[in-house]
Amino acid sequence: MTDSKYFTTTKKGEIFELKAELNSDKKDRKKEAVKKVIASMTVGKDVSALFPDVVNCMQTDNLELKKLVYLYLMNYAKTQPDMAIMAVNTFVRDCEDANPLIRALAVRTMGCIRVDKITEYLCEPLRKCLKDEDPYVRKTAAVCVAKLHDINSQLVEDQGFLDHLRDLLSDSNPMVVANAVAALAEIHESSPTAAALIDMNTQTINKLLTALNECTEWGQIFILDSLANYTPKDEREGQSICERVTPRLAHANAAVVLSAVKVLMKFMEMLEPNSDYINTLTKKLSPPLVTLLSAEPEIQYVALRNINLIVQKRPDILKHEMKVFFVKYNDPIYVKLEKLDIMIRLATQANIAQVLAELKEYATEVDVDFVRKSVRAIGRCAIKVEQSAERCVSTLLDLIQTKVNYVVQEAIVVIKDIFRKYPNKYESIISILCENLDTLDEPEARASMVWIIGEYAERIDNADELLESFLEGFHDENTQVQLQLLTAIVKLFLKRPTDTQELVQQVLSLATQDSDNPDLRDRGYIYWRLLSTDPAAAKEVVLAEKPLISEETDLIEPTLLDELICHIASLASVYHKPPSAFVEGRGGMTKVALPSRSQSAGSQLSDAAATPAAAPSAPAAVQQPQPTIIPSQGDLIGDLLSMDLGPTTQTAPPPQQPDTGAMDLLGGGLDSLLGGPVGAPTPPPAAQPPMGTGSGLGGLGDIFDLAGTPGLGGGCYVPPKQVWLLAAKAKGLEIAGTFSRRQNQIFMDMTFTNRALTQLSGFAIQLNKNSFGIIPGAQLNVVALNPNQSFDTSLPLSPVGPIQRMDPLTNLQVAIKNNIDVFYFSCIMPIHTLFVEDGVMDKKIYLATWKDISPSNEIQYQISNVTYNTDTISQKLQANNIFTIARRNVEGQDMLYQSLKLTNGIWVLTELKIMPGNTSITLSLKSRAVDVATAIQQSFDLILHN
Amino acid sequence: MINSLFIINNSGDIFMEKHWKSVINKSVCDYFFEAQEKAASPDDVPPVINTPHHYLISIYRNQLYFVAVVTTEVPPLFVIEFLHRVVETFEDYFSECNETIIKDNFVIVYELLEEMLDNGFPLATESNILKELIRPPNIIRTVVNSVIGGTNVSDQLPTGQLSNVPWRRSGVKYTNNEAYFDVIEEVDAIIDKSGSLVFAEIQGYIDCCIKLSGMPDLTMSFMNHRLLDDVSFHPCVRYKRWESERIISFVPPDGNFRLTSYHIGSQSMVAIPIYVRPQMSFKDSGGRFDLTVGPKQTMGKTVDNVVIKAELPKVVLNVNLTATQGNHTFDPVNKTLTWEVGKINPQKLPSIKGSMNLQSGSPPPEANPSITVQFTIQQLAISGLKVNRLDMYGEKYKPFKGVKYLTKAGKFQVRT
Repeated sequence: MTDSKYFTTTKKGEIFELKAELNSDKKDRKKEAVKKVIASMTVGKDVSALFPDVVNCMQTDNLELKKLVYLYLMNYAKTQPDMAIMAVNTFVRDCEDANPLIRALAVRTMGCIRVDKITEYLCEPLRKCLKDEDPYVRKTAAVCVAKLHDINSQLVEDQGFLDHLRDLLSDSNPMVVANAVAALAEIHESSPTAAALIDMNTQTINKLLTALNECTEWGQIFILDSLANYTPKDEREGQSICERVTPRLAHANAAVVLSAVKVLMKFMEMLEPNSDYINTLTKKLSPPLVTLLSAEPEIQYVALRNINLIVQKRPDILKHEMKVFFVKYNDPIYVKLEKLDIMIRLATQANIAQVLAELKEYATEVDVDFVRKSVRAIGRCAIKVEQSAERCVSTLLDLIQTKVNYVVQEAIVVIKDIFRKYPNKYESIISILCENLDTLDEPEARASMVWIIGEYAERIDNADELLESFLEGFHDENTQVQLQLLTAIVKLFLKRPTDTQELVQQVLSLATQDSDNPDLRDRGYIYWRLLSTDPAAAKEVVLAEKPLISEETDLIEPTLLDELICHIASLASVYHKPPSAFVEGRGGMTKVALPSRSQSAGSQLSDAAATPAAAPSAPAAVQQPQPTIIPSQGDLIGDLLSMDLGPTTQTAPPPQQPDTGAMDLLGGGLDSLLGGPVGAPTPPPAAQPPMGTGSGLGGLGDIFDLAGTPGLGGGCYVPPKQVWLLAAKAKGLEIAGTFSRRQNQIFMDMTFTNRALTQLSGFAIQLNKNSFGIIPGAQLNVVALNPNQSFDTSLPLSPVGPIQRMDPLTNLQVAIKNNIDVFYFSCIMPIHTLFVEDGVMDKKIYLATWKDISPSNEIQYQISNVTYNTDTISQKLQANNIFTIARRNVEGQDMLYQSLKLTNGIWVLTELKIMPGNTSITLSLKSRAVDVATAIQQSFDLILHN
Repeated sequence: MINSLFIINNSGDIFMEKHWKSVINKSVCDYFFEAQEKAASPDDVPPVINTPHHYLISIYRNQLYFVAVVTTEVPPLFVIEFLHRVVETFEDYFSECNETIIKDNFVIVYELLEEMLDNGFPLATESNILKELIRPPNIIRTVVNSVIGGTNVSDQLPTGQLSNVPWRRSGVKYTNNEAYFDVIEEVDAIIDKSGSLVFAEIQGYIDCCIKLSGMPDLTMSFMNHRLLDDVSFHPCVRYKRWESERIISFVPPDGNFRLTSYHIGSQSMVAIPIYVRPQMSFKDSGGRFDLTVGPKQTMGKTVDNVVIKAELPKVVLNVNLTATQGNHTFDPVNKTLTWEVGKINPQKLPSIKGSMNLQSGSPPPEANPSITVQFTIQQLAISGLKVNRLDMYGEKYKPFKGVKYLTKAGKFQVRT
């Protein structure tokens, strides 16, 4: 008698029959019926119609039946919320049952019922269960908090469940600790507010380390993962954590091992390089990684993806283990390809002979994809290990002799790369390559061959004939081949002008007149003009020396690599992308950085670097009022510099970032973290700019700011720079920037930083059409950037361009071009940079306009936590071109009536109600275009909090 | 954490789904099917698949795909290890894990899955704890249950779950107290055409079957523990003791489990107990096939259960071979030649030779076939590992102890 009987259908009237059985008096029949219902549910049939009948079976003392009903409830409560309420009473009673199993089961099930009405009833029983005497119930309750948080995060935070969870971290039972950690980790991931609550400190870490030894394997994974997110306060702590984590490397569970590897890889960064401890650790890391490769293929795959990162970061760990990456012929293809990649990364002069012999072996296997990759790999080896180049070339020639079509084609593609790396070294083989000309049918191979012929045209006697033979079917070729053919023939002509004139004319006319491919036509015309105007110049351009290619092209960029090392064992490490690039909808995504080694002088910096910088995906977080004085410090430096610029009253140039690496790394976010003007020039008092009337004390105020008093505020408020374009997303180009207004003009102040390995140059900027018609008012002036160099620039903007409404209104989409590529990002312009200087409205007109605009266009906001008095507020706003027209005192409240005008001529009238002694002020604003209201309110908020 | 699990059979039916959080429509599996279609063989489906909103992490076991769905950043190995555990648990409960068995026992399967994860967090995955919560099916209990209306769900909290030794249930009692250990070593090797060794390593395991009453505390020591520098242990092993004294000290779980697995790498010498000499030639008229096997470094033991498998090139239509011993078959569809050699007698080496019929007019094969070899050697751990002592503390009775050694081929491959 098996359960499969439940799967057989009784065709029509099934639901009806089940209903009858569920209401049967006999317990057995009831149970059988519930089983049938569950069976239908399992295969995806809709049995929600039976909801009331199944719920009726819930009040039973039979545990199996209870479990089945709970199962059903979890699946269908969402669709029948009203009915689900009926179950609440039973749940609450079960939570007080004498049997801990039933208590745990009840609290577990309640958490799975995702119905708002029920969650309210859940709080009390949950609170009790979190303090239950039985650890089994406590550990179940811990998970339940995470479930509840998923349904209603506000409720969990309000009810203080997070504190309960934190208390559970010190529970006597390691299983409870592990579950609390897991629950906290999950909550942490989804909610930034909760993240702030769960601050890790030395004490909690110690508790976790104790629990690590005793809890189950799964608990160990959670604990290790949260350890990896902790930044030890000094080297000693880092080392002691490493020591306690190391034994986990011998665990049978691969996930535990890899998570332990993550913790060690991350904390090793903090320790003194080349110390004995690092060396032992390096030795200890190798065997567990090798062991992972003898596990099931799925585990091997994940391990290999991670090892790929590890060998790039610390090649020492696996340098002697080349052989374990040798491919076995029955490995799944996804394992084979990964192993191949790692073999190349580990290839050195010492082991290259072995590697080449293996690769040659693979090139004769059956799987075409794998064979191709192997041939490519031989080429990569040649480029990586210079001493082996000759061997690689001869191996490739051997392979070409096999005459296997796809092997020959792949070989020719990689030989082209070898020629580019070692020019003028292996030309003797060209004749062999030419023999295979006819068999090439793949565009990439054909293009490579054509490139080789063009590049070495002077040494190939019949180059013109060969190229001519390609030309016959010019229009049937792939674009790639056409382009190469064009270039190759031009090269040939420049090298042997006497007998190839006809050929070059033929190809130019084919490219420019008969082709409808714009790229091809353009290139054709360029060559044509070059050749007809100045053949000498053409020679210099076309036959210019080419930069050598290097093996680094396939390495992961260092910044990205460091970030990925922090994500070992996670999905990010499998995709080799930072989590922000593919995990969607995560609030408060934080970018993690490897901890840096702290030295006495640099400790402040390393602390700062370890603090997660907010990623640009959460601009709101960055624009939060900066509580410290630093922005004003920026103003001060700005004032200092703007002396020569002849500043006007209300303006100040942007904060200039001191050009230290650590600062740039985090952009504006770091400002608030560095308590003082580290590395910034100290301003001599004489440097104060001439100040106009309204804010004569501004400069002085700034100096007071530095002393720590809240400033009176001078000049237009400039938000600190924030990172707009991440290096990881823009092939190494990082841009941090902000907007400011000075000299009646808007400026986009940017810091360009090159985090790539090569020089970046040829920068240009373009702005998409936007709500205020902002366009660049000048050329972007950025010099060529060498690796790790930064450059500050200010781009004046003018509001005379085409207009297109954006959402939000102040959104600005920017395209930056350089020699590598074009990158896009968008940023928010604080609207107050758009307030013009002639925004003073006559009192009478103000009054008339206020009355004229319909009350429906009036919008009110509360701005809280404003610590300034009325005068300061007025001054601060005035500095940002919000002009006070009149001031009245009504029943002890100060009323400020103000006007401002946007660049596009929209007037906005505001009224501020300020109560002495109350930090909350009321802002009412009226405008004919109410759309701008939100942005203006945000600007008020910013200005009044800085 | 893990949101859902789908179990899919070879013909693409999703015959079981389980959700631990909100229900995810099974249409998500379409992405999986897409990847499956691209893969050349069922083994080649990539284990981690990215879809717009979910990540599918899968394993392939016994012709079934177990596909887990996750929505957040979780360690993929955690998911894979959990799926392995699911399969192991099913095998443990039903002695096999296939579609029919899962369907036949779906109530237990569902209860098990429910017990193993809570909201995507692993809850109870140790087989002895699960067995206390949900009793495995057997005929007597089924009959009894159907007569007296009993159930196979326990209403008692499992005893071991929260103790310091969660892997062992309390109150174990046997009339015959026995502890058996199997030291199994698998030789993975790649041997090239000329017969020289490209790469070899040993995967070793110590599997136990322990039926001891009460709370026994065991220690095991080795004659040559230096061989073991890369080991991973069952959670019951006290790692500190191993580090300081090189003794495996543990309170064992009840029943069968893997105590230790170890790895002897390519850097130490690995003895190869068998050699294979293949010779193949392909001409227009037809091909010749000639293959001899013989013992190499066997430490005087007999090599048994030898099976040779060769995947011949596509151009081979059929073979006409004679072997000195054993049976051979040729599968003309996937071109696999299987020769069950059996025992190798060093005095009279087994060989197989004959002709191959080739497809007329086709060029000689581009790729060389690979040969895989299986064998076993009883009473030998090829690495030379030997158990020195086995002691028991904590209980008064005298147990019966036994250690067996076995060497077999792992991924043993000969290139031609």
